[in-house]
Amino acid sequence: MCGQCGCDEPSTAPYAASKRQRLELHQRLLSRNDSQAAHNRAHFQAHGLNAVNLLSAPGSGKTALLEQLARRWPRPPIGVIVGDLATDNDARRLLAAGARAVQIRTGDLCHLDAALVHQAFEQLDCSGITLLVIENVGNLVCPAAFDLGESRRIAVLSVTEGEDKPLKYPALFKSADAVVINKTDLAEAVGFDRHSAIANLRAIAPQAELFELSARTGSGMEALIAWLDDPTG
Amino acid sequence: MHELALIQELCALASAAAAQQGAQHIHRLELRIGELGGVDAEALRQAFAVVASTAPWQHTELDLQVVATRCFCPHCEQPFSPTDVIHVCPECGQLSNQVLEGRELELVALEVS
Repeated sequence: MCGQCGCDEPSTAPYAASKRQRLELHQRLLSRNDSQAAHNRAHFQAHGLNAVNLLSAPGSGKTALLEQLARRWPRPPIGVIVGDLATDNDARRLLAAGARAVQIRTGDLCHLDAALVHQAFEQLDCSGITLLVIENVGNLVCPAAFDLGESRRIAVLSVTEGEDKPLKYPALFKSADAVVINKTDLAEAVGFDRHSAIANLRAIAPQAELFELSARTGSGMEALIAWLDDPTG
Repeated sequence: MHELALIQELCALASAAAAQQGAQHIHRLELRIGELGGVDAEALRQAFAVVASTAPWQHTELDLQVVATRCFCPHCEQPFSPTDVIHVCPECGQLSNQVLEGRELELVALEVS
């Protein structure tokens, strides 16, 4: 009798508590992504690429920043892997700016993972490229947990988003090697409190280099380019 | 909502480990999720509830432990528990950028039969 309903079926194993056994695993939940990221990192290094993961909320100006980088990088072209939900607008803008761009159509995905980046990288002709930027999906939560194989992470915050954004999304800003404050040309018009924004960033992400620039006008780009061009920076 | 993707990874890891042991059933999954792991514990529970409505996970219990952040203060040379997302050492008031615990996204153990 099974003990559940009084039927004549034999007792089934899942309810036999005495046979239960504990398996210690201590395995990272993202271990498959981590292995793929390590593989990507080895690929990037073998090609002599300085690989950067670019993260921000939607509309912070990641693509405009990359257009400027593509035009100003001392040894063009730059390579870009760009994640976009549904369109190829970003890839077209980047190609027009002189970048070599490969699009990942992410559909409803909220983040890039290392496997998607690997697939895109196979389509990229990286001869003569020294800088590869992976433009993540616009999102300040989900992408933080996924290593893509990059050597450095840049988080972008625009002046229109408010000074307290780093306090609201600490995990992402704490994982960044550099933070860019973008759209400084609009700071006055939107009443951006620069002092408070920088204090918040310094408190949340003391490890990060800080750059203030306008991707629209190009003002302030030199410092970011110099930092990117020094892989030990 | 990357929590569903994480639950899919969890189920894949758990199934593989259980199969390797020749186990037929997974009764319990023990997870450790750090406060700074970029994962919302409630969203993770809801994602698991979706998965758990289908076989073979209907009888699997999810034990989710949230790991509080622990930092190290290089100035005082000792660990501390920050009270806030700003990691200020309570002894000396300096900012720390050394996180000891709180970034975990770990499958700790399974209970199988």
